[in-house]
Amino acid sequence: MDRIAGIFERCRKEERPALTVFATCGCPSPEESVELMEEIIARGADILEIGVPFSDPMADGAVIQQASDLALRQGMTLEKVLETAGRLRAHHPETGLILFSYFNVLLQYGLERLTSRLAELDVDGVLVVDLPFEERDELLPHCRAHGLHLINLVSPATPPERMRRIVADATGFVYYVMVCGVTGTRDELPPELADNLNRLRTVSPVPVAAGFGIASGEAARMVGRYADGVIVGSAAMRPAISGRSFPEIRKEVGALVASLR
Amino acid sequence: MKTHYGIYGGQYVAETLMPVLQEVETAYESARRDPAFVRELAELLTDYVGRESPLYFARNLTRYCGGARIFLKREDLNHTGAHKVNNTIGQALLARRMGKRRLIAETGAGMHGVATATVAALFGMECEVFMGALDVKRQAPNVERMQVLGAKVTAVDAGSATLKDAMNEAIRDWTATADHTFYVIGTVAGPYPYPRIVRDFQSVIGCETRRQCLEKTGKLPDEVIACVGGGSNAMGMFAGFLDDASVKLTGVEAGGEGLETGRHAASINGGRVGVLHGSKCYLLQDRDGQILETHSVSAGLDYPGVGPEHCLLADTKRARYTTVNDEEAIRAFELLSRLEGIIPALESSHAVAQVLRTAGTYSPDAVIVVNLSGRGDKDMDSVRRYRETHPGEAATNQSETQE
Repeated sequence: MDRIAGIFERCRKEERPALTVFATCGCPSPEESVELMEEIIARGADILEIGVPFSDPMADGAVIQQASDLALRQGMTLEKVLETAGRLRAHHPETGLILFSYFNVLLQYGLERLTSRLAELDVDGVLVVDLPFEERDELLPHCRAHGLHLINLVSPATPPERMRRIVADATGFVYYVMVCGVTGTRDELPPELADNLNRLRTVSPVPVAAGFGIASGEAARMVGRYADGVIVGSAAMRPAISGRSFPEIRKEVGALVASLR
Repeated sequence: MKTHYGIYGGQYVAETLMPVLQEVETAYESARRDPAFVRELAELLTDYVGRESPLYFARNLTRYCGGARIFLKREDLNHTGAHKVNNTIGQALLARRMGKRRLIAETGAGMHGVATATVAALFGMECEVFMGALDVKRQAPNVERMQVLGAKVTAVDAGSATLKDAMNEAIRDWTATADHTFYVIGTVAGPYPYPRIVRDFQSVIGCETRRQCLEKTGKLPDEVIACVGGGSNAMGMFAGFLDDASVKLTGVEAGGEGLETGRHAASINGGRVGVLHGSKCYLLQDRDGQILETHSVSAGLDYPGVGPEHCLLADTKRARYTTVNDEEAIRAFELLSRLEGIIPALESSHAVAQVLRTAGTYSPDAVIVVNLSGRGDKDMDSVRRYRETHPGEAATNQSETQE
């Protein structure tokens, strides 16, 4: 069984949603970022989304924009992100690792070069936030050839027929974007969440993880009632851009991740 | 694929926006076939915008250059002072047809923002314009115009605080508000169908020019020249002549402080193929695919990407794209003001600079049309500031000698 399927299977047996946490690689600094991701894994993340910083993150809210800026100002590059992924994989053979990026950075690196490198590093998959179903054929064959999951996204705006097409040949998991908007924490869960997730899980051949706006253990457990997994991004990165000392950042992020389990 | 222009264009956006783009496309396809929509647009272009805009024979400029007869397509005479309104009226009509009550826009020089705020006022819609904080400073009069028209102007501090950052913010807003908001994109960039919609609404420039040129000169122009930032006024002009193989199409990119300095906004001449704001195009970026800050004395050309159709026209060599740097554009600005009594926008001044280079190489029976896409009232501060830091006498001396 592949690693991602194994993770969701294990969590199902433990009767809890799989926990995916996003971290911008290189924030608050390249070295501390590795330690922060180690902490996120140690405190219970089943899957880590390793965020590739981009100068123009148009699908992200203020927190991840700032995290991206901070990383780029300190010289973060995709090559360094890949080195980080390799180090994490060496220490954590069971953790799911997904590269999370905007398309241009991957395109400039070279899609074949990237996917063969990711396979070599034993990364599980790629999520490209601005590569919708209509454009994915540019990357999908490379992912397939190297045994990588290309994670598909579905949003509340996705009509049912389109949803079926998107997930028809999905592998890994499907990312359900809970709200129409950019990333960021929100106080309330959308009322149609349960219905949408139920509908999506009926048609999806793989587990469904939900994210966008989850900021607390309470919210994670609510969402976890309807999804196979929960994804937390901005809430985990907020401490990292606070400018506080790294031990404080690590402690706060660690506590948040633990509370999400 | 119909959403692409060769390898360019496409819809590189978050899934949340895909159904929205499809809704816009469907609505546009139905609108452009609806005689009532077409009629209302035509009426507004005539009575509200003041079309058609004149094709003006610039005698003094022609005499000064000593070669081809130079004609100016006077988009600067449109209501709101630039070509932008051709497109915002079309998109606002589309928005109304789709039942949207709020318009958002990005703006660089402020002309598209003003044109959007104007039609929002006309149609009684709410309006928010995103503008880079740097542009808010250097185009202050346009900020005030938008506010007078009832729009909310939101300054964007992120990144380079210019047009691309304003566009990021507009896209972010739209992702959360598309149920009631229509995003009025001001140029032929962005995700499909925008490059097509904007080109179609701006093609009135090229269609009029073609007819006017035949009427006035009995022939098609030998060359048409337009400045290119995102490329909407150029694409609108070129659209009238794409099938006329004899007509040379020349786009002029912002050379900023010079291509060799890296401080410019010339995506086609100085960029590599990449993806930004939903579209694949020539893009100013570093080796790692991070978008570079652009530099141009003209805020409206200060954009790191360019419309996908321009990229294809460049590759197929149907159009050629040159660059004009800040100094040359400023001189053209000064020269046209003195020679013709027409103060051009700094954006359009780039196209004027190009004709100054080439008109003399033509014989007097040749015809060149320059798209004077906007007027320069907004640029007084920019020109004064530029001259304070770059004292130059060339243009003044030349024009005095000529007179």
